[in-house]
Amino acid sequence: MNKVKTIISKEWAEVFKNRIVLFTVAFLPIVFLALPIITLAAMGSFEDEMSVSSGEMEAFVGDLCQGLNDMACTEVYMLNLYTLLFMLLPVIVPVTIAAYSIVGEKTSHSLEPLLATPITTTELLVGKMIAACVPAIAATWTAFAIYAGVMWFMVSEEVFKLAMAPMWLVAVFIVAPLMSLMAVSAAVLISSRVSDPRAAEQLSAFVILPIILLLIGQSMGLILIDARMILLLGVLVLVLDVILVTMSVKLFQREIILTQWK
Amino acid sequence: MIKTENLTKKFDDNLAVDRLTLEIGEGEVFGFLGPNGAGKTTTVRMLTSLIAPTVGTATVMGYDIIQDDQNIRRNVGILTETPGLYDRLSAWRNMTIFANLYEVEDVDGQAGKYLRMLGLWERRNDAVGTFSKGMKQKLAIARALLHEPQILFLDEPTSGLDPEAAKLVRDFVEELSGQGRTIFICTHNLDEADRLCDRIAVFNTRLRVVDTPAGLRKRLYGRQVVFHLADEAAPYLAQVASLPFINSAEAIDNKLLLALDNPEKENPGLIRALVAANANIQFVGELRHSLEDIYLQLVNEDEQ
Repeated sequence: MNKVKTIISKEWAEVFKNRIVLFTVAFLPIVFLALPIITLAAMGSFEDEMSVSSGEMEAFVGDLCQGLNDMACTEVYMLNLYTLLFMLLPVIVPVTIAAYSIVGEKTSHSLEPLLATPITTTELLVGKMIAACVPAIAATWTAFAIYAGVMWFMVSEEVFKLAMAPMWLVAVFIVAPLMSLMAVSAAVLISSRVSDPRAAEQLSAFVILPIILLLIGQSMGLILIDARMILLLGVLVLVLDVILVTMSVKLFQREIILTQWK
Repeated sequence: MIKTENLTKKFDDNLAVDRLTLEIGEGEVFGFLGPNGAGKTTTVRMLTSLIAPTVGTATVMGYDIIQDDQNIRRNVGILTETPGLYDRLSAWRNMTIFANLYEVEDVDGQAGKYLRMLGLWERRNDAVGTFSKGMKQKLAIARALLHEPQILFLDEPTSGLDPEAAKLVRDFVEELSGQGRTIFICTHNLDEADRLCDRIAVFNTRLRVVDTPAGLRKRLYGRQVVFHLADEAAPYLAQVASLPFINSAEAIDNKLLLALDNPEKENPGLIRALVAANANIQFVGELRHSLEDIYLQLVNEDEQ
């Protein structure tokens, strides 16, 4: 456990001195936070036209609005979309950290002395995974807490209750960390097979595709994300986590990494 | 301390190390010489349990390199070919990270001890990226010693260092050897190997020869004595060549090069014979071949 802690503190000390990583961790939450605020502020100028129900929104989003007028219904719909962004954050941020974490060690030739210590592969990878996940999850939860606080002031109580429905809290506080772990283990797996941090980062970015598909599906009215879908997603990601973590430990071949990476 | 038997490593069809069998004793400074791509680093990686051999066995401090890899990593220190330090972190942070990974009990004490010993204490809080190449190498050596290993593997310890830094590293290796540690040095620097090593192995995928530096010279050239004369040496050649204890004789300008088994015993008779022949002897000395000559001869034999 002590070695895992050492790896985590080393990773944080090293990675957060890397400007690219720091930018990703700090910049994306700010952008994802600014988007809903700007959108809601802009929607305020259409308030008069949308203050009565025309039935159009209700037809588009089904029983999402539960008798709200078009304005409030649109707000709920938009906020649901933006909450999905908070599931994207814990996937994008740790991928950058994890990709630099392993391939970066190799390119700076620090991996060999590290592997020459009595650290096990599991300790090394668990340390690196935690080091990548925790800042991403912390950034997500902090941004989400600020988002919730701002929404409290910007929207009506009815809209707020629907936007912060328990299923979204489960999504952000349970499913998002699981997705973060999935992204990191995929990044670790890919990093131990490629020799360029950018290639590792780009390949690992495929992990965000399911979330992007959900975003597109909901924004086009093709699907409506509900509690069942979130739970299903959670279970699926949990299974993938177990598979990917096991695979990343098993496929981390010290010999191949030391002798075949150039 | 180190024992290998038929240690072999193949990467696909490429044979990197071929049936290496050797034994290195406690406290020995062992030089491992060979050209680039000879398999020196692969050998070190096998002996430090970083990679597994294809065939053969080896033990380090009695631990099997395949079965007891954790114990080997706990008990040996390694200086890799490139220092591999965390440039964004301070020297102190680099040291404490590795002290923790090596399960050192007194982390601060050990880190401080070796930073002081290698003259890096004053710069301990500076980012390693600001260090010179020599300072980085010293820090990497300090890191390899944090857990007080009894066996130290040094892969090209003075490569790319300026003469002053290289001397400092060499002096430190001598100091470590004086503490009774076993040191395995891979180097291209033949003069360094000659000065530091108790025994030297010349290696080029397979082991060519292992001996003490003096033994290598004797093995390849025998012992040679050179006489500097005041005039041309050729007229005296036949006379000295006929002496029973002379193995071979050669005259070059005013020098006579004579190979003989026991110069300490036979030189007085040789001098008397030359003086009797009216040779004007200016200087007498033993001809010492450089390790470079020996190394090049062995490596050239391989190429041929």
